[in-house]
Amino acid sequence: MNNINPDTNQEFCVIGKRIPKLDAAQKAMGRAEYIQDIRLPGMLYGKILYSKFAHARIVKIDISRAKALSGVHAVLIGEDVPDKMRMGFYKDNPPIKKGKVCSFRDEVAAVAATTPEIAKKALGLIEIEYEELPAIFDPEKAMEKDAPIIHEMHKSNVLNLPWHLDYGDVEKAEKASAFVVEERFTTQWVTHCCLGTSGAIALFDAKSNLTIHTNTQIPSLAQKDFLESLKAMGLKNKRVRVIKPIIGGGFGSKLDTYAYEHIAILLAHAVRKPVKILFDRAEEFKATSTRQPTVIYIKQGCDKTGKLTFRDMRMVLDNGAYTSWGATTPSVMMMPITSLYRVDNVRYDAKCVYTNNTYAQAMRGYGNPQATFAIESTLDMLAEKAGIDRVEIRRINKNHPGDTTPQGFKITSCGLSECIDAVQKQIPMDGPKEKGIGTGIASLIHVGGGARIYKSDGCGAILKMDDYGKVDIFTGGTDMGQGLDNITAQIVAEELGLFVEDINVVHSDTDVCPWDVGAHASRSTFVAGNAALGAAKKVKETLLAYGSKLLNVLPEDLVLRKRMIFSAKDPEKTMPIDKLLRKAHFSPQGKMLMADFFYDPDNENMGKDFKGNLSVTYAFGAHGVRVHVDEETGKVKVLDYVAAHDVGRAINPLLLEGQVYGGVVMGLGYALTEEVILKDGETMNANFRDYKLFTAKDAIRIKAPVVETYDEFGPFGAKGIGEPGCVPTAPAIANAVYDAVGVRITDLPITPEKVLAALKKKKG
Amino acid sequence: MTTPISFILNGDELFHEVKDHWTLLHLLREEMGLIGTKEGCGNGECGACTVIVDGLAVNACLYLAVDLDGKRLETIEGLAGSDGTLHPIQQSFVDEGGIQCGFCSPGMIMSSKALLDQNPTAGHEDIKHALAGNICRCTGYVQILESVEAARDRLSEQAGGRNE
Ligand code: FES
Ligand code: FES
Repeated sequence: MNNINPDTNQEFCVIGKRIPKLDAAQKAMGRAEYIQDIRLPGMLYGKILYSKFAHARIVKIDISRAKALSGVHAVLIGEDVPDKMRMGFYKDNPPIKKGKVCSFRDEVAAVAATTPEIAKKALGLIEIEYEELPAIFDPEKAMEKDAPIIHEMHKSNVLNLPWHLDYGDVEKAEKASAFVVEERFTTQWVTHCCLGTSGAIALFDAKSNLTIHTNTQIPSLAQKDFLESLKAMGLKNKRVRVIKPIIGGGFGSKLDTYAYEHIAILLAHAVRKPVKILFDRAEEFKATSTRQPTVIYIKQGCDKTGKLTFRDMRMVLDNGAYTSWGATTPSVMMMPITSLYRVDNVRYDAKCVYTNNTYAQAMRGYGNPQATFAIESTLDMLAEKAGIDRVEIRRINKNHPGDTTPQGFKITSCGLSECIDAVQKQIPMDGPKEKGIGTGIASLIHVGGGARIYKSDGCGAILKMDDYGKVDIFTGGTDMGQGLDNITAQIVAEELGLFVEDINVVHSDTDVCPWDVGAHASRSTFVAGNAALGAAKKVKETLLAYGSKLLNVLPEDLVLRKRMIFSAKDPEKTMPIDKLLRKAHFSPQGKMLMADFFYDPDNENMGKDFKGNLSVTYAFGAHGVRVHVDEETGKVKVLDYVAAHDVGRAINPLLLEGQVYGGVVMGLGYALTEEVILKDGETMNANFRDYKLFTAKDAIRIKAPVVETYDEFGPFGAKGIGEPGCVPTAPAIANAVYDAVGVRITDLPITPEKVLAALKKKKG
Repeated sequence: MTTPISFILNGDELFHEVKDHWTLLHLLREEMGLIGTKEGCGNGECGACTVIVDGLAVNACLYLAVDLDGKRLETIEGLAGSDGTLHPIQQSFVDEGGIQCGFCSPGMIMSSKALLDQNPTAGHEDIKHALAGNICRCTGYVQILESVEAARDRLSEQAGGRNE
C-alpha cells in the first residue's frame, strides 16, 4: 500500500492508519446509550397490536376494556389516524390500519401505558372481530388475472413502476451467439437481525414541536416524513428534531420510517408525554422488513471466444402487502445487470407485486446480491458450455477504467482485474480436484461514489476550531457502527495537520447537523468524507493565510503537520497550530475559524431509459471460496474465503476489513443458512434458534486483500465499501458447490436438504 | 412476592428486594440502572446479556434475580480500573476492531473474560466454542476472535511480568 499524500509528497499521518473506532472504548465499557437505555422523565410505554390474519376485513373493534385498565393513558385504532398519514414512497401504508388488514404484520391498535407490562396487558383486552378474505402469497400467482386484489384502489397487484430497460438488440445478439444459457433462480426472505432491536421515543413540547429519538439511518429524510405526519395531524409549521442514539446495527433496515415511529408520535401527541416504543426480538423478526425475495429468469450468451454477447433478465419481486423503498431495488439491480462485465446488449424487466406477505425493504446491497447471484451463477454455466475456464471468462469480459457501460455509467478507476488476480493467488481455481472439494469465484460492481436515488445525494458539514487546536465537526453523515466517525475525523485531522484525538465528530441530530440523504448506498465515506474534506480545506486556507502573515512565509510553502504549522523550505519558521488560532482570535478584528461545506456529488439522476451516471465512481471486487460438500449429509462447509475489493484508498484498513468481514459473513448466511420462513404469510421462525445466523463457532478466517486504485474524485482517493462484502458471496458459494459435486443450486439458501435432493436427482 | 437478597456486585456487597419473577437482567437494567448489560433477545439466544456469576458466564435474561443471593456477580461496568484504564480484554476489543455497533460487545467481553479467567491459554477453537452463544451481526466474528486472542496474550504477558 502506498501511503504517500499526492498533494504534499509526504507520508500521511492519519490516513491509511489502523485507528480503532472512536466510540469503541465507551462501547467496551457498556457506557454507550442505545434507544434501549434511554429513559425520559414521565415517559410512557407504547405497544402495538398486530393482525391475526394475512388478509381480512375488520368488522368490529372494542377497546373499552383496554381503555378502562388502570395505567393505560391512550388506546388508538385506525380511525384515530388522520387519512393523510401514510408511509412509504407509494403512500399505501397507514401506521394503524382501518377497515382491513393485508398482512400479519398490520398494526391494528396501539396503547400507551405507565409500564410495558400494563401496555401489553391492555393489548390483550382489545377485542377485534375479523372476516377473513382470500389471501395470496405467491407473487407470480398474484399477477394472474383472477388473483384476489390486495389494495382495492389499485386495479392489479402489480405495482405501477417503470422497471424496464432495453439496450442494443438482445434478440439479434442472442441469435448471433455461439453459446447461450438460461436458468430460473429464486431468492428468499432474509432479515437484518440488528442486535439492538428497533425503538423510538417521541415527545412534544408545549408548542407542539416534536423531538423524536429514533433508530434511523436517515435523520434528514425521517425528519421530512415526520413533518408530513405532523401536517396530517393538523400541526402545521412545527419543528421536528430527530436524534439518532447509538444504534445496534443498521444494514439498510433503517432507511425508511416505520409504523412504530409514527405510532409513537401519535401516542405522544395523544398523551402529551414522552412515549417509548421498543421492539422485542419476536416483534423485530415479524414487524421489520426483509430483503426482497425474487424470482429471476436469466439468459446470457457469448461468442466463440467467450465474449459476452447479451444478457436478458426478467424478475418478479415479492413486494409484500405495502411499499417501502424496497420496491426501488430494481433500479440498483440494473447496475450489475447492465454493467458487471462488458456486455452491450441488455434487457431487463422487473415487476414488484403485492402479496399478503411481510413487506420488503432495503438491505445491505439493495438488490445487488439477488441480481449478482443469477448473473455470476449463469456465467459459470456459460463458461462450462463454451469450454472456457471460469476465471478466464471473467478476465475476457472484465470492466476497464475509462469504459462507459450501456447504462451510461462512467467507470473511472477499476481494479476488477487486480481483484481477480488476488483471488486466484489465494485460492487457485485450476488445481487438482479432491473429492467433495470445490472452488468458486464471483465478482461485483457497486456504487462507490454515492448514488443519485433521491433528488439530492448531498451531505453537509460544519467545522469549527477552538483556541486550543481542537475541532468540532458537525456532519450530516450517520455513524451506525460502521465507523463514519473515524473516517470523518481522519480526513479532517490529515487535512488540518492534527491528530484524530483533536477531532470531535457530532452527528445524527437534526438540530445541529446539516442535511444528508442518509447512510445508504455505501456512500458515507465518499460523500460525507468529501463534505468534511471540503470544510477542512476552507478552514485550512484561512489557517495558512494567518500563518503566512505571522511567519512571513508564502501560504503555498506552509505545511500543517502534527499540530504544527511550518515552512517547508525553512522548518525553523514554525508555530503550534493552537497558538496560531489564539493569535487569529485575540487580535484586532479577531476571527474564530469555522467553515461549512455542502457536497453533492456530480452524479446523475437516471433518465426515462434509466441511462445516466448513477455514481461518481464504482467499487469493484471479486470473491473466491473453497468449500467441502458432504455428499452424505449435503452440508456445505466453507474452508477458505478471500474477498478482494477495489476500495480506491483504504482510509482505515482496520475498519475497512471489519466492513468486508461483516459483509461476507452476512453474505454467507444469505447463501447457506438464513431464511425467514413464512407460512401463509405468518413468520414461523421469529427467534435466533430457528433463524440460523452464523455464530462464532462457524467463523472462518477470511482474507481481505485490498486493491487501491486512488479514485480521482474520492476523498484521498477512497470509494465506498459498506455493502460490497455481501454482494457476490452467494454465487461464489453456489459455483463452488457445483465445482465440488456437480449440482447447481438455483434457490437460496443452499441448505443440506437442497444439496441432497439435487444430488439424488443427478444420480437418477 | 419480594425476597431480600444480598450479593457482591463488582466487588461491592449489595442488598436488594427483588420480585420473584424478576430476571437478573431486569434487576440490573430496570431497577439498578446498570445499562451496560444488553438485551438482544430476552430468550437466552444471543448472549448480549452475558454476565459472570461465581466465575461462570450466564445469560442474565434467563437467570432469576432471587438466585443471585449469596453469589458474586461481575458485569461489564466492573471491568475497567478505577483510574479508567480499560481491562486488557476491553482494550483488545478496541484495538483489534472487535467492536462495530457495539451492542454485542459487553456480552462478548464478559464471555471472553469467563473463558480467560478459567483457561488463560485458551486456543482458537476454545474461543470459538466459548463465544458460540454470543451473536454478532456486524463483525463476522473475525476481529472478535482476534481480539480475544490478543487479550489472552496481553493477559499472559502481564501475569508473566508479575511472576518474575
Ligand atoms: S438477551 Fe439474554 S441471551 Fe439474548
Ligand atoms: S458489533 Fe454489532 S452486533 Fe456485534
